[in-house]
Amino acid sequence: MLLDRNLHIRAIDAFIDPSTPKARAIVTHGHADHARSGHGAVLATPDTIAIMKTRYGEDCAGTFEALEFGVPLLIDDVTITLYPAGHILGSAQVLVEHKGQRVVVTGDYKRLPDRTAQTFELVECNLLVTEATFGLPVFQHPHPKVEIGRLLASVRANPERAHLVGCYALGKAQRVIALLRDAGYDAPIYLHGAMLRLCALYEELGVPLGDLRPALDVPKAAFAGQIVIAPPSAIRDRWSRRFPDPVTCQASGWMSVKQRARQALVELPLVISDHCDWGELGQTIRETKAETVWVTHGREDALVYWCQQQGLTAEPLNIQGFEDDGGEGEE
Amino acid sequence: MKRFAQLLELLALTPSRNRKITALTQYFAEVPDPDRGFALAVLTGALTFRNVKPALLKDIVLAEVDPTLFAMSYDYVGDLGETIALIWPHHGEQSDLPSLTDLIELFNTTSKSELPKLIASLLTRAGINERWALVKLATGALRIGLSARLAKTALAEMSGKDLQEIEEVWHGLKLPYLDLFAWLDGKAERPDIDQSARFHPLMLSNPIDEEKDLAKLDPADFSAEWKWDGIRVQLVLGGGTVSLFSRTGDDIATAFPDIVDNVSGLAVLDGELLVGKNFEPGSFNDLQQRLNKKVASAKHLKESPAFIRVYDMLFDGREDVRPLEWTQRRARLEAWMVANPQTRLDLSEVLPFGDWDNLAKLRRQGADEHGHEGVMIKLRSSPYVPGRPKGFWFKWKRDPNVVDAVLMYAQRGHGKRSSFYSDYTFGVWKGNEIVPIGKAYFGFTDEELKLLDKWVRANTIQAFGPVREVKKKLVFEVAFDSAQQSTRHKSGVALRFPRINRIRWDKPASEAGTLEDMAVFVAAS
Repeated sequence: MLLDRNLHIRAIDAFIDPSTPKARAIVTHGHADHARSGHGAVLATPDTIAIMKTRYGEDCAGTFEALEFGVPLLIDDVTITLYPAGHILGSAQVLVEHKGQRVVVTGDYKRLPDRTAQTFELVECNLLVTEATFGLPVFQHPHPKVEIGRLLASVRANPERAHLVGCYALGKAQRVIALLRDAGYDAPIYLHGAMLRLCALYEELGVPLGDLRPALDVPKAAFAGQIVIAPPSAIRDRWSRRFPDPVTCQASGWMSVKQRARQALVELPLVISDHCDWGELGQTIRETKAETVWVTHGREDALVYWCQQQGLTAEPLNIQGFEDDGGEGEE
Repeated sequence: MKRFAQLLELLALTPSRNRKITALTQYFAEVPDPDRGFALAVLTGALTFRNVKPALLKDIVLAEVDPTLFAMSYDYVGDLGETIALIWPHHGEQSDLPSLTDLIELFNTTSKSELPKLIASLLTRAGINERWALVKLATGALRIGLSARLAKTALAEMSGKDLQEIEEVWHGLKLPYLDLFAWLDGKAERPDIDQSARFHPLMLSNPIDEEKDLAKLDPADFSAEWKWDGIRVQLVLGGGTVSLFSRTGDDIATAFPDIVDNVSGLAVLDGELLVGKNFEPGSFNDLQQRLNKKVASAKHLKESPAFIRVYDMLFDGREDVRPLEWTQRRARLEAWMVANPQTRLDLSEVLPFGDWDNLAKLRRQGADEHGHEGVMIKLRSSPYVPGRPKGFWFKWKRDPNVVDAVLMYAQRGHGKRSSFYSDYTFGVWKGNEIVPIGKAYFGFTDEELKLLDKWVRANTIQAFGPVREVKKKLVFEVAFDSAQQSTRHKSGVALRFPRINRIRWDKPASEAGTLEDMAVFVAAS
């Protein structure tokens, strides 16, 4: 087997997205459940390397090797090529080729174009290792433009209140800001401290985000009618007390379930996801023409069942270190 | 339907009561008849469809979706209606749904065999949020945290009418409430509804302040009764028809056939519903068992028969006696009971007493020997006035029981309190461990809440979602009305109406109460 169930490529002794320090790691993208510090050598896209260095420090791995999208890298008799996954800036799928065998590990991915991430490219393969974060047919994401429209309508309807939008600091925050800008919103957007570094990095890497300001030293009343981006944990916690009568919003694919939004005390759920929905997962599996599918990261059972219904060989991977956090972790 | 779906979503997601009322008020003011009337019926749970049931919806979905995938999804989402709304495949072509009125008409007039096709096409046409509202409408299970009373409060706010006036006519109204809205809009008189099934808002009491009030009141002007530990009800005897209402005007007749089938006469009576054999009230727990059931079981009817301990009369025959003084109403009530012998009604006795000290002694004795909640004191000359008029009826509860308990867990509150740990679970010692006995979220000031919030954050051991487990070292003096045995709690004890009486910042946890201490309270009730 070219790749084993721990995503270990034996022939070159390299792991894809290992959760514990390894001598050689191929990292699909910068989220913490995929990129960890302490590896000996890391192979990733230049953007992912920049993100890792920003989050974990310059010396978070022994050596870094940057690989551009679409450029094959031959190691012994194994060829590694990275293709855009469309999830966040720099996120990649990994194609591993060996003696005519093609294996694709998707990492996290989405199909919809997004100017804060390189657009997904379909890669045909024999074995597909796919994520399944939204691997249930109840997940049918609406178009993000519709959701941003709902946010802007709420801002207009509540000029005396601040809108606190809960977003993960890497990826989701920048995407929501970009969507707001593309919808014509050019007022300053305020940021929680945890957002500052990564927003600055996105801008440095060529993703303009407009007028961003730290939500600091501003009188409470001045936040009326403003949009503030913060980590989900902050929007209902002590930090939120500095804003006038805040509308708690959260941008996440999980927000389609209203009972869930209610439990999380989210007043305005925004269904904006950086993962495929159910339909796109199935579409991708079909289009890659893979005969074998391994499913990981999420609700594996339903997707495995669906693949088997389609006559494919499929099984769940229970990779160590990945915990199903029910949506509270990074997306 | 779009407007109604937006309203439902806002009601489901906004934690603020005032904002919910504002949204309802706007809706009722802006949406024309008869849509707003049907919306009101949906929101207050007054609308059901004969042929549209959750099982039918499930069948319709299973014709579209693989049953295994549906089961996995339902397991994840946890709410049948929401699972159906989310899993229905998007086909892309969406158009506006019919109005609420037309939808209800369609549900009611489409034949059983055609319903699946109709509902499937509606689900396909609907946008995501409308689909969610449509399923909620069809299954009748809104689960959006809205009480009928809140909807009525919004009607009162919109029209400037009194909530009580609305509640008075509520149970005689017919869908889609055209006469109600005409009256609320000031375009017609108050609806004239059938008197024999009408609810009359209750007269309520104020707590007495022993130090301030008693000295000013002349005991000779007042009568006293025990404060019964049941539920307040109004029995409307229409000379052949019988209605039984809770204190908020909900019709609870189906849960108490043993009363409804065994009373007769023409009167409107006010009293306490209790359960027990031979007019001996059992525990509140026994009553709770029956209240939990919409329809009484044969076992409950036999073991916990219900009766009403009557203490006032609003109508004697067809005569409205509410303007009369209490003494006269009481005389009428006693005469009526003699003229209309009853097997499920008895009179609440009037307690003779000389002065307030005398009554205080009686009150203590009643609490200690019979577990009475306290006494009611009523001004003899008072008319029956709906609402909570000052100076007429007082409740004088027995002193609360208190126990020193240790804070174990804290949970975030809702709405304004969502950034504060404001819901506290506390426990007492059982040997070397502390077992939980209850939960309370009031009794402290805003200042104290800030301190408690800070304390919780500084003393957290671990967090489970919104709940934090804290170091077992902060003691609350917890006040409660009574304690009961409970199989639901690990401690085996459940408290009624617990509240934080005092925060004992100074007291070490080792000196908090024990489960043995609690046994005394359980025995007394």
